[in-house]
Amino acid sequence: MADGELLTAELIIEYPFSRTTGPVIGAFFTALREGFIVGIKASDGRVLVPPFEYDPITSESLTEMVEVGDAGEVVTWAWVNDPLEGQPFDRPFAFALIKLDGADTPMLHAVDVADESAMSTGMRVQARWRAEREGHINDIECFAPVDGGAS
Amino acid sequence: MSEITLPARLDDLEMVKSIRTPARLEYDYMPGAAPSRFLQGVAQKRLLGQRCPVCRKVYVPARGCCPTDGVPTEEEVELPHVGTVTSFCVVNVQFYGQVMELPYVSALILLDGSDIPLMHLIQEVDAREVHMGQRVEAVWVPDDEIGPTLESIKYFRPTGEPDAAWDTYKDNV
Amino acid sequence: MRDVAIISLGQTDHARERNDVNDVEMLMPVLADAMKAANITKDRVDFVCSGSSDYLAGQGFSFVTTLDAFGPWPPISESHVDMDGAWALYEAWVKMQSGHADISLIYAYGRSSPGDIRRVMSRQLDPYYTAPLWADPVSLAALQARAGLEAGSFTEEQMAEVVAASRRNAKANPHAQLSGDAEAKALLDEDYFVSPLHKHDCPPITDGAACVIIAAGDVARELSDRPAWIRGFDHRIEPNALGVRDLTTSVSTRQAADKAQVAAGGVDVAEIHAPFSHQELILRDALGLGDDVSINPSGGALAANPIMAAGLIRLGEAAARIGRGEADRALGHATSGVCLQQNLVCVLEGE
Repeated sequence: MADGELLTAELIIEYPFSRTTGPVIGAFFTALREGFIVGIKASDGRVLVPPFEYDPITSESLTEMVEVGDAGEVVTWAWVNDPLEGQPFDRPFAFALIKLDGADTPMLHAVDVADESAMSTGMRVQARWRAEREGHINDIECFAPVDGGAS
Repeated sequence: MSEITLPARLDDLEMVKSIRTPARLEYDYMPGAAPSRFLQGVAQKRLLGQRCPVCRKVYVPARGCCPTDGVPTEEEVELPHVGTVTSFCVVNVQFYGQVMELPYVSALILLDGSDIPLMHLIQEVDAREVHMGQRVEAVWVPDDEIGPTLESIKYFRPTGEPDAAWDTYKDNV
Repeated sequence: MRDVAIISLGQTDHARERNDVNDVEMLMPVLADAMKAANITKDRVDFVCSGSSDYLAGQGFSFVTTLDAFGPWPPISESHVDMDGAWALYEAWVKMQSGHADISLIYAYGRSSPGDIRRVMSRQLDPYYTAPLWADPVSLAALQARAGLEAGSFTEEQMAEVVAASRRNAKANPHAQLSGDAEAKALLDEDYFVSPLHKHDCPPITDGAACVIIAAGDVARELSDRPAWIRGFDHRIEPNALGVRDLTTSVSTRQAADKAQVAAGGVDVAEIHAPFSHQELILRDALGLGDDVSINPSGGALAANPIMAAGLIRLGEAAARIGRGEADRALGHATSGVCLQQNLVCVLEGE
């Protein structure tokens, strides 16, 4: 450009969306509000957590929901040193796929440990529930190591 | 769809039916070379268009590109601050964030020498008197408030000239 | 099946930030280059199809404005996918199979610099279970990388080799953003970014665009000395949910490769769309590529990652090798979604 600098302007997009859940996802969040976790039985009998309305392989409607534990094992993890806005913590933490007791598929959440060295695949973690819950994935603040160490 | 069977612990509870999922994303909007040039021009109280080398049409605000030929438009054309109303609408409905007093007129104004109308407001005239072909001129905000924004023009108002001939704007309606 | 060939590729010099142009200004020269290389002017284009995502710019429907870069007058036959341009190319190919077009122009673009691209991309996640956690593509890729490392599917050394090869190959690519002499050993010594990924295992943040022209039968022969004929073309998708997939293998890539008949002949060169280094290893395996295949001579997505165009560029670069007589049979791959959720495979041959 011959003269003047290139212009930029701040652009913010903000969505205050609410989303209807339907009965299956609604049941999962109702359980979270009450302080426990449910999954759903797949066509082959595996328990899917979190639950889905349709089987990912057969696409059958799924209907049988079951309670699972709120503790389980870390299947894989990533150490987030510099969290982004909106992520579960604003200090270093781990994202992890966690297979809860009674579930056959892992779910994504955060694990709260002070340092990366405290993370390991296979370690046992337990949900840390928020005191005030509304029926949202963040009703679980995070997962934390179960005292007694990893498996 | 079949009935969902729930564990007993969920019996007799009010079920969650929806969740809030707010999201906020921040961006730096970069208008690009030609729009930046146009807005810098506005900050100098100038209205700059660009001419297409193929079809020779003059576009304002300048966008760096001819939308019918898909080629860069590098030739700059300075335009006067007067033009013709090619279309308009009278707004009677309140909406969130509105600052104008109702009713107000939003119009397409073909600046003299350009081939595409600019959208802006019409004031200093009864809404019922605004019409196609009306000659209007830009009214700028005070000099110390002018910046790289089309809000530097407060609105357009009638010049009092006789209406433009239909032929002068019929291709832009 | 109607014979359709890729006959030209245009692309930007990919850069960390193109704040000097808007999307239209960025695209115009790319379209002009591709059309010139294909020996056509815009009046010969029967169908335009583009791939992009307005979330990158933060402006809904901005992809409509970008069409000004082509100049859609008189009115044109046109379509758009909110996906990588590789899928726009697939749509154009399908349209040409029906006989409704002989020449199609496909363009794709993305500027990652305006927003926080990691946060922006988290919006593609399941809105109930994972999007509220704002898990970003780097963190999710890191989960996948660790799973693969611990399953013994690949090693950190191999990941570093992928990066080193990308940088070295990119030296010959004037459009690449990152290139140079990198040694795997030195790369391994760097700090982790999102463990187990180092920064270099991740794609660069890129602003860029690309355009590919395809033509059918004799029209392709008229316009190009050596068209790259599409002999196989398929794409498959897996569930969005991470927990129900095996992240260490790519079933959808294997299936797409099978349907595209990759194994029906030798592959001289493969351009694989692997934004993360470990993903190239997963994909090479899924595509069934041997050690004799030249992988990502362009440098791949690790050298430049204009999101929404990177996959289209892989197809274009594979075709370019055929066009220049450097290869007889080439493979182009593109991916979309979280952790290789969806994969497209295109097999190209020179006559």
